Amino acid sequence: MAERGASGSGSSGDSLDKSITLPPDEIFRNLENAKRFAIDIGGSLTKLAYYSTVQHKVARVRSFDYSGKDAEQDHEPPYEISVQEEVTARLHFVKFENTYIEACLDFIKDHLVNTETKVIQATGGGAYKFKDLIEEKLRLRVDKEDVMTCLIKGCNFVLKNIPHEAFVYQKDSDPEFKFQTNHPNIFPYLLVNIGSGVSIVKVETEDRFEWIGGSSIGGGTFWGLGALLTKTKKFDELLHLASKGQHANVDMLVQDVYGGAHQTLGLSGNLIASSFGKSATADREFSKEDMAKSLLHMISNDIGQLACLYAKLHCLDRVYFGGFFIRGHPVTMRTITYSINFFSKGEVQALFLRHEGYLGAIGAFLKGAEQDNPNQYSWGENYAGSSGLMSSSPELCPTQRARSGTFDLLEMDRLERPLVNLPLLLDPSSYVPDTVDLTDDALARKYWLTCFEEALDGVVKRAVASQPGSVDAAERAEKFRQKYWSKLQTLRHQPFAYGTLTVRSLLDTREHCLNEFNFPDPYSKVKQKENGVALKCFPRVIRCLDALGWEERQLALVKGLLAGNVFDWGAKAVSDVLESDPQFGFEEAKMKLQERPWLVDSYSKWLQRLKGPPHKCALIFADNSGIDVILGVFPFVRELLSRGTEVILACNSGPALNDVTYCESLIVAERIAAMDPVVHSALREERLLLMQTGSSSPCLDLRYPKTPARTPGPPVRVRAAEGHSPLVGRLDKGLAVLVRERGADLVVIEGMGRAVHTNYYAALRCESLKLAVIKNSWLAERLGGRLFSVIFKYEVPAE
Amino acid sequence: MGAWLGRQRWLLRMGAGRLGMATERHGRAADASASSAGEPAPGGPGGRRRELLRRRASSASEPPVGASASASASAEGVRRSRPGSYSGAPSVSRQRVESLRKKRQLFPWFGLDIGGTLVKLVYFEPKDITAEEEEEEVESLKSIRKYLTSNVAYGSTGIRDVHLELKDLTLCGRKGNLHFIRFPTHDMPAFIQMGRDKNFSSLHTVFCATGGGAYKFEQDFLTIGDLQLCKLDELDCLVKGILYIDSVGFNGRSQCYYFENPADAEKCQKLPFDLKNPYPLLLVNIGSGVSILAVYSKDNYKRVTGTSLGGGTFFGLCCLLTGCTTFEEALEMASRGDSTKVDKLVRDIYGGDYERFGLPGWAVASSFGNMMSKEKREAVSKEDLARAMLITITNNIGSIARMCALNENINQVVFVGNFLRINTIAMRLLAYALDYWSKGQLKALFSEHEGYFGAVGALLELLKIP
Repeated sequence: MAERGASGSGSSGDSLDKSITLPPDEIFRNLENAKRFAIDIGGSLTKLAYYSTVQHKVARVRSFDYSGKDAEQDHEPPYEISVQEEVTARLHFVKFENTYIEACLDFIKDHLVNTETKVIQATGGGAYKFKDLIEEKLRLRVDKEDVMTCLIKGCNFVLKNIPHEAFVYQKDSDPEFKFQTNHPNIFPYLLVNIGSGVSIVKVETEDRFEWIGGSSIGGGTFWGLGALLTKTKKFDELLHLASKGQHANVDMLVQDVYGGAHQTLGLSGNLIASSFGKSATADREFSKEDMAKSLLHMISNDIGQLACLYAKLHCLDRVYFGGFFIRGHPVTMRTITYSINFFSKGEVQALFLRHEGYLGAIGAFLKGAEQDNPNQYSWGENYAGSSGLMSSSPELCPTQRARSGTFDLLEMDRLERPLVNLPLLLDPSSYVPDTVDLTDDALARKYWLTCFEEALDGVVKRAVASQPGSVDAAERAEKFRQKYWSKLQTLRHQPFAYGTLTVRSLLDTREHCLNEFNFPDPYSKVKQKENGVALKCFPRVIRCLDALGWEERQLALVKGLLAGNVFDWGAKAVSDVLESDPQFGFEEAKMKLQERPWLVDSYSKWLQRLKGPPHKCALIFADNSGIDVILGVFPFVRELLSRGTEVILACNSGPALNDVTYCESLIVAERIAAMDPVVHSALREERLLLMQTGSSSPCLDLRYPKTPARTPGPPVRVRAAEGHSPLVGRLDKGLAVLVRERGADLVVIEGMGRAVHTNYYAALRCESLKLAVIKNSWLAERLGGRLFSVIFKYEVPAE
Repeated sequence: MGAWLGRQRWLLRMGAGRLGMATERHGRAADASASSAGEPAPGGPGGRRRELLRRRASSASEPPVGASASASASAEGVRRSRPGSYSGAPSVSRQRVESLRKKRQLFPWFGLDIGGTLVKLVYFEPKDITAEEEEEEVESLKSIRKYLTSNVAYGSTGIRDVHLELKDLTLCGRKGNLHFIRFPTHDMPAFIQMGRDKNFSSLHTVFCATGGGAYKFEQDFLTIGDLQLCKLDELDCLVKGILYIDSVGFNGRSQCYYFENPADAEKCQKLPFDLKNPYPLLLVNIGSGVSILAVYSKDNYKRVTGTSLGGGTFFGLCCLLTGCTTFEEALEMASRGDSTKVDKLVRDIYGGDYERFGLPGWAVASSFGNMMSKEKREAVSKEDLARAMLITITNNIGSIARMCALNENINQVVFVGNFLRINTIAMRLLAYALDYWSKGQLKALFSEHEGYFGAVGALLELLKIP
């Protein structure tokens, strides 16, 4: 069934490859639940889009009924973990060569269980050519959608939803891709689509765009004329030829006209005076490579020139290029970029898109889904399911490209609510969450990729261990290993494959891959155990703290926060210790800490501040489960509460490593409230609020504290548990709203992932405290310290 | 005396357009523009390029550069390329020139435009020679006059465009005929050799030359022919030449013309156009490459842009695609071909008009787009390919010219250059395309002496005619 060939009569000519076999599990994923289809058939590539739901396991935690007498039994875990099935929405996009279209349609037909779907949105030049085939195979009515409308809808969609979608191409830098941070306002822009011809469209708003011009000299000219000149039939091969040619053998250059005098005249002799000007002779042979190169220059320059003329006329400085002529080909991106720089004298920026090939399919899909208003949602790229930007450079490896480029995937997960910025960011448009751009920093990139490779065995082991009852855990874990390993290898060779490469994106990719193979929370058991242990220590720690004088206590609280932060299973240096020494505890962690002065040490300033009036409201982003949150964060929270400061404690919505999740934090808070009257009353009086960040990442992007798909219901406010009453209150406003409402004037960000890998340089409108223990010797060295160096960064915004 | 154009080669009369485009690989300009999208460093090549687009001030007041596109380069001592000066000239000859300046220039009067493909030569034949003068006239001068005026072809590649001859023209107080001669640039060595053989240098004449070849062949003129060139800026010459020629008319007829109903084979008419209000004017010179100038007054113009897709591209690609050997042959093939077999039209994609964008079905969506298909490649003739090539290049020039006209807010566009010689298909297409896509706002104008304006400008410079 998986390898169905096309069943046709064979009369349809050579365009369909009958013998193709598909590895369908990996291509048309989640087809069983597929609902809505759209297809974009171009000259050589078909892009299929469908909406589907993904059922996967999620770990849930549930509090025991502990109000009875056995509540504090020694060996009892503090709560129970159950694995549940959850359904989330996902968009799938598959790109393949037109030769596979029949085989693909057959496959889809055989696997399409859902029969509600009656219509398929189709766009692209080939839509009408394959209309009958689609209708016959899929029994779906083909609704044709306007090509350009789809393209622009798709373009708007990726620009809004995918971070690092757009990039500039820089020929001599390594890597050549420089990703742009998403502009808060994407309009207006110019879209130059270079298909067989060129369309130049001005996009002004979501729904308003205008075709302002075009040119017939486009990709079809390169291909058609190139095929005539070189007898080379394939587009990619032509590009490959062009990349090896010397255009000066064919073109008449300025120096050919002026002789050597161009230098004294200050002219660039290498400017082309006349494309193909030297070929006007019958008595010379020209190489295919040289002609292809000359043709490429001629067409790229021409398009660039026209694009600049249109940009100038309409006063636009951002021009996005798309179409099969561009489609990730470094050769054409290079010549187009050059041309734009030349003709605009640097005033116009040539931008390219990572998912350019999918724009039509995305747009057609959105057209079809209009009644569901898909634009009300935010979507995120799923790194596990997406192929990333294929480096299609023919210079690099033409044969490999032909293989790997055959099927290309993009998957996007739906997030339940639109993304919003944390209102406390000083300047959201210039905020870059990540501290180090690994795409730029080759040394750091090498280190971190190796680091993640080396940690992979441990993660696999942990994943298997987290599901002792599962028969196929080992097998799935192995699949996870292979998937993540291959992602890491891809990133080694193409660091730009998923946009800017960062420690955050490496961590997120790992989480996506784990989820993909149904390891929703490999650390659930570890967290459960550690939370249990830490809860038992809580009263003793509080007693010790309360016995201290005020000033001593402040330092102890901070040290506690830092020591707690040592317990990070994501850091290999720590996980090694924790694995080998089960007795390693809070006190041992304190010993590990660097003595003051710390690597970054503004503690004195902080202490000084504490002597002043209390903060109105503190927003705390917590890090790890167990000792970190219970013995580090909660005592600190408790002290703030005692000072009269309200506290919003924000935890991850979904699991990531051993980070404390929102659900876990609810239980932990409940248990602490039972032991501690300060926390108890604060919860009851809503002076302590537990919130979710919307994230499932060990890092933190303050632009998007969002409410995710995976948690049913709106964010939850905790009330102090009284008897059997449920912990769940109702609050249908997001974290951002709450922060604004409560007038938060202090942000505390804890942990390497949130305060060092990300946000280290984040500028906030209010006071902030960024603290972390550097649990990685390489990073410590880079920052000028050593393992277990302490970052304590207290910042007050300039007036 | 016929030896100088001995090689049997194609005949082509196109001036090299000025610099068209860039290549990315080498060159200072390339480096600068590739470096970043930001502001080019001041004084760097980026700044120089910017200078290039600056509106040219009067050519008299601006430190002039010969054929340069780069005005700023002149500040750094490129003085020798000043119009009317001699490059590397010894002081003796400078004195000679200076003294010549004071009185009327000695005969013979030539203006030379050495392009990338074609050399254009204008020659003033005095018809008011007195008997006394005739007696004094040296033998070589007489022989040149006789040779040029009694032949219509020189060697196998030199051609005199008899139909363009301007009769009874008064220049510097002399009456005579202006002759228009062209030959391929690759025959320049033979031309210089002839100058040597005929002892041109003894005539103490001044050769005013423009075009890139004025620089390229300067040394050859000096060492082989013992002739010193007076190198002139090609755009200055072009602008001067076109304004002058338009003012003298065409033997009583109008120099400038346009097409009415250009798309209709039956109704299409070539009609005279009175360029009485020439400014502002967009001047599109289509030689091997294309230069586009915005002309605001007699001596105020700027180069707007250029493209490397010009006549040289049409002819070069035609040679490669069809094996043709002359421009005439290429045009003749084109006249019999059908470009719709080669090009993908809007209707080929959308089945008719693309209404969403108001694109008519007949518009070309992709030049040579049908040639992506093997079957269609096999089904086209050389004539079809030549036609498609002509349409492609012409439409593209029309499109760039139209955008420049919009950006510069100019509505009359004069197309000149040898690409348009005997090329009614291209002219009508330009006329139609400009009218159609601008919804009647822009008018395409043409001029009888298509490619000779640079050479005329050089002659005017020789005679110091303003």
